[in-house]
Amino acid sequence: MGTLITPLSGWGRYPVQSCELERPERYADLRANTDSVIARGQGRSYGDAALNENDRVLLTERVNRMLDFDIEQGILRAEAGTTLAEILPVIVPKGWFLPVTPGTKFVSLGGCVAADVHGKNHHHDGSFGDHVLALEMILADGSRVSCSATKRPELFWATVGGMGLTGIIGEVTLKLVPVTSAYMKVQNRAAENLEQLFNLLQDPEQDDRYTVAWIDCLASGANLGRGVAMFGHHADADHLPPSLGNPLVAKPGRSKNLPFDFPGWVLNAKSIGAFNDFYFKREGGKQRPFLSGYDAYFYPLDGIGQWNRMYGKRGFVQYQCVIPDASAYEGIKALLEELSASKRSSFLAVLKRLGAQGSGMLSFPLAGYTLALDLPVRDEGLFGLLDKLDEIVLRHGGRVYLAKDARLSAASFRAMYPRYDEFMIVKKSVDPENRFGSSMSRRLEIGGGRHE
Amino acid sequence: MNDPILILGATSAIARATAGAFAARGHAIYLAGRDMDELPRIAADLRVRHGVEVRYGSFDAEATDTHAAFLKSVIEEMQGLSGVVLAFGYLGDQIAARDFSIGAKVIAANFSGAASILSHCANYFEPLKNGFIIGISSVAGERGRQSNYVYGAAKGALSLYLQGLRNRLFPSGVRVITVKPGFVDTAMTYGLPGLFLVASPQDIGERIARAPEKSADVLYLPWFWRYIMLIIMHIPEPIFKRLKL
Repeated sequence: MGTLITPLSGWGRYPVQSCELERPERYADLRANTDSVIARGQGRSYGDAALNENDRVLLTERVNRMLDFDIEQGILRAEAGTTLAEILPVIVPKGWFLPVTPGTKFVSLGGCVAADVHGKNHHHDGSFGDHVLALEMILADGSRVSCSATKRPELFWATVGGMGLTGIIGEVTLKLVPVTSAYMKVQNRAAENLEQLFNLLQDPEQDDRYTVAWIDCLASGANLGRGVAMFGHHADADHLPPSLGNPLVAKPGRSKNLPFDFPGWVLNAKSIGAFNDFYFKREGGKQRPFLSGYDAYFYPLDGIGQWNRMYGKRGFVQYQCVIPDASAYEGIKALLEELSASKRSSFLAVLKRLGAQGSGMLSFPLAGYTLALDLPVRDEGLFGLLDKLDEIVLRHGGRVYLAKDARLSAASFRAMYPRYDEFMIVKKSVDPENRFGSSMSRRLEIGGGRHE
Repeated sequence: MNDPILILGATSAIARATAGAFAARGHAIYLAGRDMDELPRIAADLRVRHGVEVRYGSFDAEATDTHAAFLKSVIEEMQGLSGVVLAFGYLGDQIAARDFSIGAKVIAANFSGAASILSHCANYFEPLKNGFIIGISSVAGERGRQSNYVYGAAKGALSLYLQGLRNRLFPSGVRVITVKPGFVDTAMTYGLPGLFLVASPQDIGERIARAPEKSADVLYLPWFWRYIMLIIMHIPEPIFKRLKL
């Protein structure tokens, strides 16, 4: 089988590293054929999680067969290369939905498991791994084993959130959730500052199955943290206007591609500020609840293909962290103040509430609030700022999300992920020669430091 | 079953995409191939995605003495066929030119095996006065090049065979369509240097499934390969033989 040596990056387009790509089309070819290999689905992690500099990257995109869909029970079994975008048009017309979905549908099932992704409903429904009934893994010795929360649970919970380092995820069996329509009922509420925003997200009266808040990062002083909280749930078919037709088929939107890299100057404090004012007024001004197709609601950025090119050639870093409930407000406030003082603008800032910590040993979510910032890489000064943000996160007992990360230090990683030792016991038992590795695992010294 | 289509050599990326495009049009599908681990996976996927009837079975292009019985069993199981797509092929490598034991395999898979199963398919469709046969040949079959002339010769022979078959079946109203793909992004070409204008298997599959609705007898995919080949065919031999192609 042919391999392709090529510069490769994650969704943030930073860093770019030369990797040796292999793209199997048969299930039997999902194997660790070299000393060091990492599986890569759609390459939607942002940093170096799915890179393996000067080593093998196994693309799973062609091993994407849906193997069984039990329409009565809402159980789907599919190969790990299958994307959520492929699954949705199959399940939604039959009255089922993904139990958890990240902000893009162009992700593979394997990636969702490896990063134990979360959605806007984490505070009600947990993360992706909580809905996985079983996995089939291809281990370093080539054996195929199945695992679940009850069968080889240590392997299962090391793999959920394990960034692909325990083996290749071959098949995923997922429990879906029932819906009666393809529409969401959404209610927006504006907040003039961070305190108001927290109050909105905490208020049990306002709470809904899905909640998320957008923050205007350029607002400072008394308006620091002003934003719009968005609440939603799956609309009941009985409450839809008949003009929409079949409730399980949402009217499709159009999609566009961003055809070129924006020059660096396009996104500056002024242009972002103008956008934020516009967005705050438009979204915050929606006083009444409204209906939205699930696509527009869950995947607004998927409508603009390759939106990552907006940040220019040098790419961007997405910084996402979580701060535990007890210190969440102070922690998030300190982060926003640090960002504001740095005069760097984040085009996209998202605040979400997370529920209880799950069982994945290296899973990101814990009960608290998570903040995500998109920061273009324009100069090395950015990394100094991010180190300062790490200190704030650590001081407040939080952690950084590995699926987004490109630059965390090994020491900070250890301090943020206390179950690392437990993870390593499992990793060593199934992968004693450390064959599953990535640029991220070497940077974070997971399973040892740099290899030769 | 709804207008069943037989896909011969069903595990390649082009074949899988073609089967998907026919399934999306509501056709029942029969997948034939050697890899009995892969066939049930592809079959399950087509059922889940498109909700059509899909069967599969073992088929070896080189075992020509099994072809008659194989086709008979498929026709019985599917209660008839409305079309056949011949999608198998074997590239081999340059060694095929120097070592005829490999070259023989390339010819057996791409030409002899194809001619054998297609003769049975033609005999089935001819009296029905209905149906289509799509043969996936290659632009490599247009002109011999040092890099893969055994493969090219076998595919060229297949193109000629399909041309003759088209001529024979025309009075019966059975369509015979020759598909000549250029570079397609498949396991066969992945990582090869010097490729350009590489098409996705999905695009090719969609075009192939559309072919029976259109009138063209010979289909270059994507379309511009017709013109690339036109130029290549017109390079005079005294010059062509000096080129490193």
